[in-house]
Amino acid sequence: MKKSRKLIAALCGASLLLASASAWAAPKTLVFCSEGSPEGFNPAFYTAGTTFDASSRALFDKLTAFKRGTTEIEPGLAEKWDISADGLEYTFHLRKGVKFHTTANFKPTRDFNADDVIFTFMRQFDKNHPYHKVGGAKYEYFNSMSMPDLIKEIVKVDDYTVKFVLKRQEAPMIANLAMDFASVHSAEYADKMMKAGTPDKVDFEPVGTGPFQFVAYQKDAVIRYQANPNYWRGKTPVDNLVFAITPDPSVRYQKLKANECQVMFNPNPADLEAMKKDPVVNLLQKEGLNVAYLAYNTSIAPFDNPKVRKALNMAINKQAILEAVYQGSGKIAKNPIPPTIWSYNDAVVDDAYDPATAKKMLADAGVKDLKMKVWAMPVQRPYMPNARRTAEMIQADFAAVGVTVEIVSYEWAEYLKRSKEKDRDGAVILGWTGDNGDPDNFLAVLLGCDAVGNANRAQWCHKPFDELIQKAKVTADPAERTKLYQQAQVIFKDQAPWATIGHSVVFQPVRKEVVDFRIDPFGGNIFYGVDLK
Amino acid sequence: MFGYLLKKLVVILPTFFGVTLVAFVFIRTLPGDPVMLMAGERGLSPERHAELMKEMGFDKPILIQYGLYLKQLAGGDFGTSIITKQPVLKEFATLFPATVELSLCAIFIAVFIGLPAGMIAATRRGSVFDHTVMTGALTGYSMPIFWWGLLLIIFFSGILGWTPVSGRISLMYFFEPVTGFMLVDSLLSGQPGAFSSAVSHLILPASVLGTHPMAVIARQTRSAMLEVLSEDYVRTARAKGLGPQRVIGLHALRNAMIPVITVIGLQIGVLCAGAILTETIFSWPGVGKWMVDSIFRRDYPAVQGGLLLIAAIVMVINLLVDLLYGLINPQIRHTE
Repeated sequence: MKKSRKLIAALCGASLLLASASAWAAPKTLVFCSEGSPEGFNPAFYTAGTTFDASSRALFDKLTAFKRGTTEIEPGLAEKWDISADGLEYTFHLRKGVKFHTTANFKPTRDFNADDVIFTFMRQFDKNHPYHKVGGAKYEYFNSMSMPDLIKEIVKVDDYTVKFVLKRQEAPMIANLAMDFASVHSAEYADKMMKAGTPDKVDFEPVGTGPFQFVAYQKDAVIRYQANPNYWRGKTPVDNLVFAITPDPSVRYQKLKANECQVMFNPNPADLEAMKKDPVVNLLQKEGLNVAYLAYNTSIAPFDNPKVRKALNMAINKQAILEAVYQGSGKIAKNPIPPTIWSYNDAVVDDAYDPATAKKMLADAGVKDLKMKVWAMPVQRPYMPNARRTAEMIQADFAAVGVTVEIVSYEWAEYLKRSKEKDRDGAVILGWTGDNGDPDNFLAVLLGCDAVGNANRAQWCHKPFDELIQKAKVTADPAERTKLYQQAQVIFKDQAPWATIGHSVVFQPVRKEVVDFRIDPFGGNIFYGVDLK
Repeated sequence: MFGYLLKKLVVILPTFFGVTLVAFVFIRTLPGDPVMLMAGERGLSPERHAELMKEMGFDKPILIQYGLYLKQLAGGDFGTSIITKQPVLKEFATLFPATVELSLCAIFIAVFIGLPAGMIAATRRGSVFDHTVMTGALTGYSMPIFWWGLLLIIFFSGILGWTPVSGRISLMYFFEPVTGFMLVDSLLSGQPGAFSSAVSHLILPASVLGTHPMAVIARQTRSAMLEVLSEDYVRTARAKGLGPQRVIGLHALRNAMIPVITVIGLQIGVLCAGAILTETIFSWPGVGKWMVDSIFRRDYPAVQGGLLLIAAIVMVINLLVDLLYGLINPQIRHTE
């Protein structure tokens, strides 16, 4: 590896010299100011976006894919697929002529085929697979998407056909397979490394079919990629991609200004005004695939009474929160899913801000001198720029209807843990960013009966709602599913387990020279198809 | 001398042992655990949580975990990061040279400016220069690194465009690290312009990190000098007709250096703390940033190993400083 890296270095050096000698041949290098180091380069091991940017989104492909900048599904390594009438068998017809990367220690002798798909999924699924325990991996995303309980078997039908057999119907299955954990690895590379006694290399010196191939990584400093010349969708316009790891957001902005990078991630909200006016910066923005909410503990009196929850919701001045916390750039949330997700029910009417009625409703429900806790997250998240400030505003709003609020907060890990507890005292501010663009990924994960004591922070198990989303999960017809989810949203609003707060807008500054960068609704950074003027 | 060294080493060993215990307990007393953090908002079932904790060996009683850890250490194994799955020692070794390079340059700047400034201030006590130095030192001492670093970036890189914003070297240079010290590696690479690029990247962070020690050194030198200058032997030296340069440069400075060396030694520990912030601002791939990340992720093995290695290094430096006293002033005898 070392030797070959030196070779690459020499080649790069030589190409730089050539480049300076003849400007017309200058390779195009796109530099991205990223936030932090990836945890590793095997996306199946991890759950962090920083890791996915550096691995799955640059190096790998999945069977299905999200159309760039959208949550729409399009074919990936599978050209097409059939779903059996009972919804239990998914047959994928694989693309032919797809090449894996040729790297320093691997030269593929064959094209991508069914063996690679089987290897990718069996490694995560089968506890006895020779690669299952390599690297001490835990496959947390595979698990949290319930794949082990869902998949019955994965069968290689022929070299270019793979069949997934499920134990029960799962309508979001196709979307799940477009997620990062489902990135397809080379079985040939894995075999070769296993034989060489270095199976770990598969995860540290990654080989995929993606638009970029791995060149080098220096921890906390830089990751280098080069364009995959054989990419099946066509070579990406730039020749090199570099991640300059820059933890501080204001420094990222300075680097962008100085042209030390051309795209940056996650700007400091305080810098947004300056960026809008900056002549070298193009400030892109897009509605995020997220929601921020205040979840009551619906298992504890008086919050077990929907009327009380409704009354409290009506006491919150969401417009004021939007202006103060989201700096006017977000959107008030009325449903638990953002408007960018299909089946969003726009006919739902949000609880009006009406403190007088709220006060009366509380009195009618027999609630007097209510004292409650509101939990504020200690960290900034994509869906919630400042939970503390939000909590303070809710505190003031509730005071106006005679409810005394005590704001509590814990360190982040502790917050996540304590807020799940079934007998938790108080309402929790939290939120969610979608994984696969499917409504199920919000409604079942955050509000389903199964999730009580876990991600269902409202501890809300409401049978009529749960039946709808369970039914939708096993319904294949999108129109039918849409109808079910829309009904579920009506029940949600009526029962008010949460005060829905807002959907944030994601900002991404790029330099004016950058062509066709599209903000990824899932919060990722995707550089395929991006060019420099 | 040898006996003294032995005595010191005897003290160091239990200290090292103490550090292992503190590091081990410290990270475990923090609320939350790595599994919880990995799962994020989604959370995971208590069964799965227990399963993962068990796989990582965090379910065992803490004393047993500690015993296993000591056993591992005795075999020279600092553990494996539960996040990156890389050996802790390897990660540390990759990042540490960057921190050393930055700290050495910072302390060099601090001594190079702080020492003469303090000396001159002492010899011209009450002058405008003295007041300027002391005011500057006080300002430097109270400057928050985060703010100071950003200010310098905006001014020198943003407005003037003299220095690069952050990083260790321009991205156009690409070579395999040999020593891990960018100044050395850039020279070894033989690529034209690499060395000057490395230097230009180092100036701002080293100045920012050096500000605090510089202030302390200037103040310490000044007060030590003032004390020494009023000693009898200085008056005697002057009475013998020695020139001021010889009096101050040789007789006074040598004695004034003792407390100054102590302070410089102590500043090494302070540098470690300052490096965390400096490294974050200047995207400097060193151990400070790495330690903080590991703490936030509750990467127990990385935090334990990192703390232990840093503590060991600080202990060794302090030992060297002790030995240095004897070299500067042979009259200091280490009692054996």
